Amino acid sequence: MSGILDIDHLTVTLAGEDRPKPVLSDVSMSIAEGEAVGLVGESGSGKSMTVRSIIRLLPPGARMEGNIRVRGVDLGTLRGAALRKMRAEMPVIFQDPRAHINPVRSVGDFLTEALRIHRRMSRAAAEDRAADVLDEVGVSEARRRLRQYPHELSGGLLQRVMIASALLAEPRLLLADEPTTALDVTTQAEVMAVMDELRRERGLAMLFITHDLELAAAICDRTAVMYAGRVMEVRASASLLERPLHPYTAALATARPSIERKVDRLTTIPGRPLSAFEAPDGCAFNTRCAHVRESCREQRPELRTLLDGQVACVRVEELQAVSHD
Amino acid sequence: MTEAILEVEGLHKTFKGAVAVADVSFSLRPGAALAVVGESGSGKTTVARMIVGLERPTAGRITACGHDRSHPPRSVRERRRRGGEIQIVFQDPYSSLDPRQSPATAVDEILRLHTRLDAAGRRRRVAELADLVGLDERQMNVLPSELSGGQRQRVAIARALAAEPQILILDESVAALDVSIQAQVLNVLAGVRERTGVAYLFISHDLAVVRQVADEIVVMRGGSIVERGPTAQVLDNPRHPYTRLLRTSVPGPGWRPARRATRKETQ
Repeated sequence: MSGILDIDHLTVTLAGEDRPKPVLSDVSMSIAEGEAVGLVGESGSGKSMTVRSIIRLLPPGARMEGNIRVRGVDLGTLRGAALRKMRAEMPVIFQDPRAHINPVRSVGDFLTEALRIHRRMSRAAAEDRAADVLDEVGVSEARRRLRQYPHELSGGLLQRVMIASALLAEPRLLLADEPTTALDVTTQAEVMAVMDELRRERGLAMLFITHDLELAAAICDRTAVMYAGRVMEVRASASLLERPLHPYTAALATARPSIERKVDRLTTIPGRPLSAFEAPDGCAFNTRCAHVRESCREQRPELRTLLDGQVACVRVEELQAVSHD
Repeated sequence: MTEAILEVEGLHKTFKGAVAVADVSFSLRPGAALAVVGESGSGKTTVARMIVGLERPTAGRITACGHDRSHPPRSVRERRRRGGEIQIVFQDPYSSLDPRQSPATAVDEILRLHTRLDAAGRRRRVAELADLVGLDERQMNVLPSELSGGQRQRVAIARALAAEPQILILDESVAALDVSIQAQVLNVLAGVRERTGVAYLFISHDLAVVRQVADEIVVMRGGSIVERGPTAQVLDNPRHPYTRLLRTSVPGPGWRPARRATRKETQ
């Protein structure tokens, strides 16, 4: 089956100082048309590298194995204009809009540039279009905003401008890399609402990167949990939160304090999150897992299909049986 | 009622005419944990900075451990005394440590300044503090560049505690940490308070973290306090509309982001 995005056995290695450094290790996942998939993980898990691999914005010297297909087209075969065109069809909304919008150009210039150059629209027509989309993402006085510069807008407004620019490209797939992490919680709720609504209205697929398991679960159909450059578990979002299968997912969910109740001590995961280049043999989580067995150190567990998704842990059935006794 | 260890009364701060903090009053009891909650621009960090003495209040009074600290210290001795009353841990563990100094040296430096311990006594105290925040001997003797964010934040906490303060201000001190590391540091903070009786003034935007750390909450918006009370009461039955909005903005099971049609866009 081929979706809008198919990632197949993706392994990415960066040129390290003395030896090559793996950052992604055999990552496979796919997104269907109109589907939202969350990618959750801690630092070094490889979630941002996955996005950068998709848009082919890896640092110089990076080596990529495996392949990424967008609607069946292998991205590795694209060069020059074809690659640029493909990139334009899957815009990225980054965490910090201020770092990705030219500060000396007006919001109007930023939003209409692509329309005028690629679609050869007139300035007036492009501005009409941009103002319409700004209105849709909940920016009031759109006409006035077009004349403003990025420094005159708050972070929340600027992120909406970023979303507007993504939508102007009329994409089928939206890539969002921690789009609300730098925003206040009330602003995050509003920006997420805008993204969620517009995505559903337009039937856009989305790859949504975040460190917040509950945020991913709230707005994505499925959620993938990454650790040390690997996918540990991919499940329907609701059941992933309710009944995590992988010990890492379960530990991540309980480590986060609850807004509902205080506990005497949080259940912690010992040690710190590892990056792919530090991962031990066998299961990458075996140095921190409370349920580790000898077999976990010997062989790397493959992602296998279970319930409503896939999980990479050899002890899942055993552990589930125990926890439901 | 126990005498407050920190008392803030009618605190005001304006920056070039812009009001950052307006008429803020609260008090902290010995060994208690009070959270100041708010979003960017709420003035919560400015309040913290005025209490430690990094900003001078435009008006109002700050009293800590029975001493007024609304004005800059007049002598080195007074400055040092203030350091023994209140310490602060900042958000970013990467910029708050000297990159050329090992954690052990950093903590030792504070002990030299604030205690009369001899070399052997200081060594024992460094080991005690390391144990309190969960750092091992190796970690105490490498440079900060070899430590993770969570480990660095523990060093910052150990160093702050070395001055044996009565009050520890934690300004978004766990905000930049990964979830699994944040949980470890929150547990360290709970243990430290139980074992030392230090009081926390916890500045945060994260309500779930606040629930875990604080006994009481003040909610700030636009420089003023809009609601205050025991943590459970404020989070379970928020009365001010803004507190309710904050509460419902937090993603959780069954949460759906809702766009508020009436929202007026401002700058």
